[in-house]
Amino acid sequence: MVEWTDFERQTIADIFGKIDYETVGAAALSRTLIVYPWTQRYFGNFGNLYNAAAIKTNPLIAKHGTTIVHGLDRAWKNLDNIKEAYTELSVLHSEKIHVDPDNFRLFCDCLTITLAAQMGADFNADIQAVVQKFLVVVVAALGRQYH
Amino acid sequence: MSLSDKDKDTVRLFWAKVAGNTEAVGSNAVYRMLTVYPQTKTYFAHWKDLSSGSVNVRKHGKTIVNGIGEAVAKIDDLQKGLLSLSELHAFQLRVDPTNFKILNHCLLVVLAITFPAEFTPENHVAVDKFLAALARALSDKYR
Repeated sequence: MVEWTDFERQTIADIFGKIDYETVGAAALSRTLIVYPWTQRYFGNFGNLYNAAAIKTNPLIAKHGTTIVHGLDRAWKNLDNIKEAYTELSVLHSEKIHVDPDNFRLFCDCLTITLAAQMGADFNADIQAVVQKFLVVVVAALGRQYH
Repeated sequence: MSLSDKDKDTVRLFWAKVAGNTEAVGSNAVYRMLTVYPQTKTYFAHWKDLSSGSVNVRKHGKTIVNGIGEAVAKIDDLQKGLLSLSELHAFQLRVDPTNFKILNHCLLVVLAITFPAEFTPENHVAVDKFLAALARALSDKYR
């Protein structure tokens, strides 16, 4: 089981408890699709992804970004039980959507950069370390049911 | 994932903004790397002070960002242009190339913080491609 310090718990609650899901989700997902274009393979039914401008204004992408970031809720609300909390989502990503788990890492890198741009200097090294640890744990849990 | 002419122009334009800020950007990125990825500290056992304001971190940050600036100037042939830096990293420093990716990520985070409006996804992809090409050139002489 993952050990969390008080500082880590507080930081995670502060950031993810107060996140603007619509803005951050849309920005993080569109950034992922632009910076790592091969991730678009999972979005064949999402309409126009022809260029960066189209991706950034695509309402289906914005909505899905929100959904993805809400997927983090079950982690920060269940810090002591993340593995179990993600069993169902892990099976979904592996058996139904067939997502290469490396994409989780790519999305998390873009999410980190989105948070950094939003929080500015408040996103200091110690905060970044907590966010990184949290996201790595979530990614591991999401990959757990792959076989 | 080679650099198009447009990528190169984007990188040159964007990196010009960093030029006035080399120590701040570099030391911030190095300090983040050491804090967020503690395994990277193994390369700096000879430093007594790894704190964010320390002379070592500031100097090394500046060295690295100046090196990147040099690479931007030689963006048309990174392998040839960075030959001596590659030999340094291969034969003397022997930094595991995975760490280039780690430092690159930390640099991108610092760029997002320092230039929140300008570090658009379009600029991000060009800079990310460039830093990846730079890492490849730096590891060219490894084996």
